[in-house]
Amino acid sequence: MSWLNETAKGIKVLSTQKKDIPDNLWRKCPQCSEILYHRELDRNLWVCGACGHHLPFTTEQYLELLFDDGSWTETHRGIVSKDALDFRDVKRYRDRLRATRLKTGKEDAVITGRGEIGRIPVSASIMDFSFMGGSMGSVVGEKIARALLDSLRYREAAIILSQSGGARMQESLLSLMQMAKTSAVLARLRREGIPFISLLTNPTTGGVTASYATLGDLNIAEPGALIGFAGPRVIKQTIGGDLPPGFQSSEFLLEHGMVDIICERKNLKKTIESTLAWFTDGRDVSVPRPPRG
Amino acid sequence: MDWKKKSIWLDFELPIVELEERIQTLQDSASVRGMDVDDEVERLRAKASRLGKEIFAKLEPWQRVQLARHPRRPTTNDYIHHLFPDYIELHGDRMFRDDEAIVAGMASLGERKVMIIGHQKGRDTKSNIRRNFGMAHPEGYRKALRLMEMAARFGRPVITLIDTPGAYPGLGAEERGQAEAIARNLREMSDLPVPIICVVTGEGGSGGALALGVGDRVYMLENSIYSVISPEGCAAILWRDPAKSKEAAKAMKLTAVDALELGVIDGVIPEPIGGAHRDHKAAAIAIKAVILDALAELEPLPTGELLERRLRKYLGMGVWEEAGGD
Repeated sequence: MSWLNETAKGIKVLSTQKKDIPDNLWRKCPQCSEILYHRELDRNLWVCGACGHHLPFTTEQYLELLFDDGSWTETHRGIVSKDALDFRDVKRYRDRLRATRLKTGKEDAVITGRGEIGRIPVSASIMDFSFMGGSMGSVVGEKIARALLDSLRYREAAIILSQSGGARMQESLLSLMQMAKTSAVLARLRREGIPFISLLTNPTTGGVTASYATLGDLNIAEPGALIGFAGPRVIKQTIGGDLPPGFQSSEFLLEHGMVDIICERKNLKKTIESTLAWFTDGRDVSVPRPPRG
Repeated sequence: MDWKKKSIWLDFELPIVELEERIQTLQDSASVRGMDVDDEVERLRAKASRLGKEIFAKLEPWQRVQLARHPRRPTTNDYIHHLFPDYIELHGDRMFRDDEAIVAGMASLGERKVMIIGHQKGRDTKSNIRRNFGMAHPEGYRKALRLMEMAARFGRPVITLIDTPGAYPGLGAEERGQAEAIARNLREMSDLPVPIICVVTGEGGSGGALALGVGDRVYMLENSIYSVISPEGCAAILWRDPAKSKEAAKAMKLTAVDALELGVIDGVIPEPIGGAHRDHKAAAIAIKAVILDALAELEPLPTGELLERRLRKYLGMGVWEEAGGD
């Protein structure tokens, strides 16, 4: 049976995204072009059975994969963008937002919540590339900052799963400042001895990489993810030549000392459990926590 | 200053520059012939000043972009020259190399000792190559952080001057962790136990600017800009047309007044009429006055209070709506 069919009881998910299984039952692996049957993909956590390429995984799939059954509760809902710049390119930003909300059923490019991984409590933020390229504006920054403050308040580990093209241009400076804001809270976690695990998935670039995504006590990347500061196109233009193969991949970052572990999706929960256990050792759960809704 | 030599002027500055040239010619010929032209010079000066005020009162955002990038605009080393006669430059990140796109050193400001750090652009092709056009590599940000941490250990306030198109997007920069270097600075600056005062003097280009830009007070010079991406980059991505840079500059709200209205900065520092490049020293003095005021406010604060205020300031950044959630 596919793991998706054994729907975990009690996990709260938005109903819209769950039905997002493609009508066509076959997918072509973007890396090796192998034709993959969707049930097979489900069983394999959307990893190509032929080459190991990690295909996009939704927020809901990550929640099911990572959190103990029934332990996840979403927090800080109802925070939405105000389009403070009254930004307009070829379209108005507020129209883009409205259309994206309708299409995805999401409020913005991150959801936050609290849950348990291997019975260890964590406060987590899961980014979502399908919402405007996972770009970070005021809402993403605010929600992540609040989730990190929850970690401080309840003395529980922080986890952020990143997938983002970077800052949200339509919020310009306000978006840039979210890098400072989230990093400022991380400084407090560090001072207080609260562990922070950063999970980097495909793609993680720009302002997200240049703030919390690379600031983990542990930086754990999925295999083959594009991770970098500048986008490959910009770098190509700058140097006026081609990029070496594998440039800005998870493996490249590991080689250059920027991530601790490359972890296949199927081992992700186990790896987080084990490392969290190393960090917390029961210490952080000793503080009384409010009951979960 | 060698204004006449190889000066590059922006089209909207030309009327003022032409007037000034007339004044100069008049004075030159008068001194040769021993004529009294004071009245005429006075009249032309007043006219130039009026014209300057008029032109600069209604600058478009794109014109500010041009001013912020003006080839004659004072750089960090120019400000250091005017403000810190006892400056001792320090070099290197202790890990890889010295990045000359960022300069830093010890200095005195009045009675107190400070650490001054800033992006450094060049003036011509040769110096721009040396300075990488003010675009730092990770080692530049790491040098800055090393010296900020040293300043903190000795209780010296940190002053940063920001003027960069952005962090350098190249192979070596990525290999050595450009993103991590910037991120680390953000985190450490937010918790550095001495006052930090930042001034955007020219281009505040995205993460590369912010990596020196987290502080208790952040100011912008009147004709400086600050944005998440260059107008050209924004136009290329959102309009798919780099020629739309002017529109992008307007849409991004990148001027000092915009940043103040968005709650991102604490104040706008007025520039001499015609822009900072017309009078480096006056611009430097204006910056100094603001820094001194800020330090006077910040220095009496106990460290815990200083850091708590800094955190709260950054927690307040951003604009969102809350629909009665939790």
